[in-house]
Amino acid sequence: MDAGLLSFLIFSAVKIGVVFGAVMTMFAYAVLAERKISAAIQDRVGPNRVSFPLIGSIPVIGPFLTRLGIWQPLVDGVKAFTKEDYTPEHVRKGWFWLAPMVAMVPSVLVLAVIPFGSSMDFGKVFGLDFGRQAMVIADLNVGILYTFGIVSLSVYGIVLAGYASNSKFPFLGGIRASAQMISYEIAMGMSVVPVFMIIGELNLSDIIAYQAENGWLAFPLFASKMNTDAFVLLPCMVVSFLIFTVSAFAETNRLPFDLPEAETELVSGYNTEYGSMKFAFFFMGEYIAMIAGSAMIVVLFFGGWTLPFWGLDQTADTLVKGVLQILIFVGKLSVFLGMMIWVRWMLPRFRYDQLMDLGWRRILPLALANIVLTAVLIYWNHAS
Amino acid sequence: MAAKKAAKKKTIEKAETAGVADAPPIEMVKLKVDGVEVEVPKMSRDWEGNLRPTTMLEACQIAGREVPHYCYHKNLPVAGNCRMCLVEFGMPMMGPDRKPVLNEDGSVKVAPMRLPYDPSLPRGAIACATPIAPGMEIYPGSDATRQMREGVLESLLINHPLDCPICDQAGECKLQEYSIEHGQAESRFVEPKVHKPKAQEIGPRILLDAERCVLCTRCVRFTRDIAGDDALGIVNRGSYNTIATFPGQPFDNNYTLNTVDLCPVGALTSKDFRFQMRVWFLKETKSICTSCGTGCNILVGSREEKIRRFEPRENDAVNATWMCDSGRLNYKWIHREDRLTRVTGKRFTERNQLGAWPLALKEISEILRDAEKGSVAIIGSARLTNEELYLLKKLADRTGALTDSVANLGEGDDFLVSDDKNPNSNGCRLTKFCNTELGIHTTKIAEGIRANKIKTLLVFGEDVTKAGISTDLLDQLTHLIVSDVLPNDTTQRADYLLPGCAVVEKRGSMINVKGRLQKFMKAVEAPGDARAEWEILREIVREVEGRVGFETIEGLFNQMAGEVVPFDGLEWASIGDTGVEVEI
Amino acid sequence: MIVDRKELNFWERTYAPALLGGLKVTLRHFIDHVTGRKKVTQQYPEEPTVVPEGYRGAPYLVKDTDGNTKCVSCQLCEFVCPPKAIKITPPGPDGKPADRANAEKMPEEFEINMLRCIFCGFCQEVCPEEAIFLQNDFSLTGLSRAEMIYDKEKLLSLGGVNKSPIKKWEHKKKEAEAQDSFPVKA
Repeated sequence: MDAGLLSFLIFSAVKIGVVFGAVMTMFAYAVLAERKISAAIQDRVGPNRVSFPLIGSIPVIGPFLTRLGIWQPLVDGVKAFTKEDYTPEHVRKGWFWLAPMVAMVPSVLVLAVIPFGSSMDFGKVFGLDFGRQAMVIADLNVGILYTFGIVSLSVYGIVLAGYASNSKFPFLGGIRASAQMISYEIAMGMSVVPVFMIIGELNLSDIIAYQAENGWLAFPLFASKMNTDAFVLLPCMVVSFLIFTVSAFAETNRLPFDLPEAETELVSGYNTEYGSMKFAFFFMGEYIAMIAGSAMIVVLFFGGWTLPFWGLDQTADTLVKGVLQILIFVGKLSVFLGMMIWVRWMLPRFRYDQLMDLGWRRILPLALANIVLTAVLIYWNHAS
Repeated sequence: MAAKKAAKKKTIEKAETAGVADAPPIEMVKLKVDGVEVEVPKMSRDWEGNLRPTTMLEACQIAGREVPHYCYHKNLPVAGNCRMCLVEFGMPMMGPDRKPVLNEDGSVKVAPMRLPYDPSLPRGAIACATPIAPGMEIYPGSDATRQMREGVLESLLINHPLDCPICDQAGECKLQEYSIEHGQAESRFVEPKVHKPKAQEIGPRILLDAERCVLCTRCVRFTRDIAGDDALGIVNRGSYNTIATFPGQPFDNNYTLNTVDLCPVGALTSKDFRFQMRVWFLKETKSICTSCGTGCNILVGSREEKIRRFEPRENDAVNATWMCDSGRLNYKWIHREDRLTRVTGKRFTERNQLGAWPLALKEISEILRDAEKGSVAIIGSARLTNEELYLLKKLADRTGALTDSVANLGEGDDFLVSDDKNPNSNGCRLTKFCNTELGIHTTKIAEGIRANKIKTLLVFGEDVTKAGISTDLLDQLTHLIVSDVLPNDTTQRADYLLPGCAVVEKRGSMINVKGRLQKFMKAVEAPGDARAEWEILREIVREVEGRVGFETIEGLFNQMAGEVVPFDGLEWASIGDTGVEVEI
Repeated sequence: MIVDRKELNFWERTYAPALLGGLKVTLRHFIDHVTGRKKVTQQYPEEPTVVPEGYRGAPYLVKDTDGNTKCVSCQLCEFVCPPKAIKITPPGPDGKPADRANAEKMPEEFEINMLRCIFCGFCQEVCPEEAIFLQNDFSLTGLSRAEMIYDKEKLLSLGGVNKSPIKKWEHKKKEAEAQDSFPVKA
């Protein structure tokens, strides 16, 4: 094994570990954020009682952190691990155990292609030359294709859960979920086609590089190279962005598209029969899908890890800049995550037929028209 | 004194002649009650059974309009001192030529009676004492009557204490009931009330609360005329009127607790029932008193499977509305701690109670089935019901057994207490379980045991060691099968001891000394594993004979009625609350 | 009944104004909450709940200002109680006499099963002696079902004193004593 392969393997393992760990932490605090933001919107307080043994006693900071509910995810984690993991008698055991895994794995797999930073130079560590490492686990040339392929798999988890539960309401939840996710996948795919028509590459890092040069696709106000392309195509990009966002909501089963798990209609939908760790897996799958979805939106339409000043739109030359770029990415991600939480309390749930109507009869034709329009505009722009 | 005795007897016996039609046709009188015309007999029987003109109160009762009253009681002489039954009425108007004045349409004009000194005010008559006249109109629902009743109640409540929360009569108090129905809603009384001694012990079983007394004198009349013991009277005057006994002579005869039933308010209360339980909680079951052969009809007041009191039930053929004190208080033994509750026995080794009954019954049936003719004897009790004696007789016929029961004679009086202390001696005789004289065969049974001819003895409800079969005779037996309710010398020696029930814990029928067959209902559940004797015998007869023709008490009675000649034509459902007469 | 449906213009049909309106409302609530302008949550164990007057909490037996039990075991509350939570053992002929002069009757045992009680207040309404009141206690806890059946001691200790000036039995006693000597001795 040559040193290159070895360093590649080692660093990939490190990246996977770091990304996975970071995303898990983000998941935990996304849940907390959801609870606190929901509470604030609803004029109530949210978790504010968990107090850490020593830190909680520090005079001002301790109670402040407790009121913020910072330690709540730790406790929730402990609860998930120590709660009795039961399997009801009437379920189909094999599929029952498999479903949560199938639900969670695709969401996590999507993270493999998302560039969370530019690249950092680590030099020599432990006698191995790591050199410059790209801040993305797998820099695939067909990144977006891979994403859509994996996302399609996540339908199976829910359908399997509904089927395995052997019970009416989970079954209905599973059916609805499968139909919903399939419908909006198509719209999602169609909506990003204009992006690739403009950029010409499927590699996500290249998309970010293009945006660093020509301004964010959905918000092209600062760019090193101003060109008319961005402004002419702005309406198409905005439409693309909106459709992609709506589809992301639908894919992750978030309100207003959360029929599969609607409490008032289906008890808890497909995860009615699940408890403790298995439920935690579904939950994780949903939130990590949210994180991945927000990450995709940021990467495709808002420039990924770039900021148009301070040289942050170039590949990082110092470690500090590298870390800063990662933090920028996480920041933009959090904004969209917050948007997802915010929208949840803003809109009533779509009725199933309205949902299908929206997906097939309105969004899909709009996406197709968008593609055609983009093509026309590009041609017209380049021809003139 | 002799006249009073005769009068008392008539109280009980008058209804016995009621069924017999009077030879001349009954004269009827037409009158109107609240506008509705009714026809009532002209003469009715009073408390002694003598014919006298029907009173307005009886006429209203026949018409279906109850007139409130305190001092009137159909089994007591009329006093007319409470004035609660005042009603407005009208008489047909007579002209100066002593002919009735007619209306325009030819009907007789009826003038409401007015006060002679103020014709604008209506004149009421006490309905309990005023005889009716043809063409009379009684208005128990008019405004004037209502005002009269409100006035009487207001006067009664002037000195009546606010004792309802602690008074035992609450729930069955006539003052409460009439106040709600006929009384005023608000009180005008602001003066201090007259206070009299409370919770006085005037007898060993009676407490008097003088403040609550409304001076209806029912207790005085009962004690003097029915019980024959002139013990109570009213002393002092005006608002200070009080019921009292003679100094140094407590109110103590065998019928004192009837005054507690009679008293419409809580003045006279039973010491035994004092503060025991509120009457609205009591479940009332119709049953029979089993302390003597008279078989007074009673209501058993129980709550949560515990008996709280006995009360007499009206039955004109047996006890009118009375009951003796000794029978009334004879319920405490039913909840004794040493009641037999488990199937046990010297030869019975079954420790697990779940299987005890079936196993014991099986073994007993085998013993009886395999016994040779003449080696079985059965001693039943005249405290058992007709149905149980009938089943024992069946077993006796099957096994060729000698049967008998035990006589129990005591002191009776000339009113309700019979000298036969067994409630069902006639039942014994009619089912041919024993001879006219109870207990003659007992010596034969004893001899049979001594001669070793009788090897199996069934004892149901008696302590035979006190009836002539001594303990060493019992020890000589091969099988001693006993069923009883309380432990005694016989039960201690039993090879199979089956716990039985008291009369209040089962259903059945008994015949009193005068030949009246009366049925009684189940009031409380039997303690522990105790079962009704007829249920025990049903299983034994089923095993011994192969089949029985009944499962329930109704089926059993109907089958018995078909086989025992004096019961011919009777059915359990047709017996009714007051029983039927059979020929003894 | 015909409901008129308003005709939506183009913008309204895209639902964009509705979305923006929703965004405004939720944002307003969020900011109000975060800046502390509007707080409706009561931090319960630290901030005790103040019950309004006439609140129907747990029923307790009261004593009068002389320290005597007011209940005379009339059993009306036991009868009227809809879930049959009250169980009273009357003193019976041999029971303890009342601790109050002239009242004659006092319950031997008075149990309220707090798990059955529905806090309707009928017992308070029906009591002729003003002896049972629904007070402000709303959080009742116990570690076993048996613990939640409150007996007479517990009820009296939790009930406190009722300051009503009406003392019926004592008033009667005073009236009787003030009367001229009664012709027949008690």
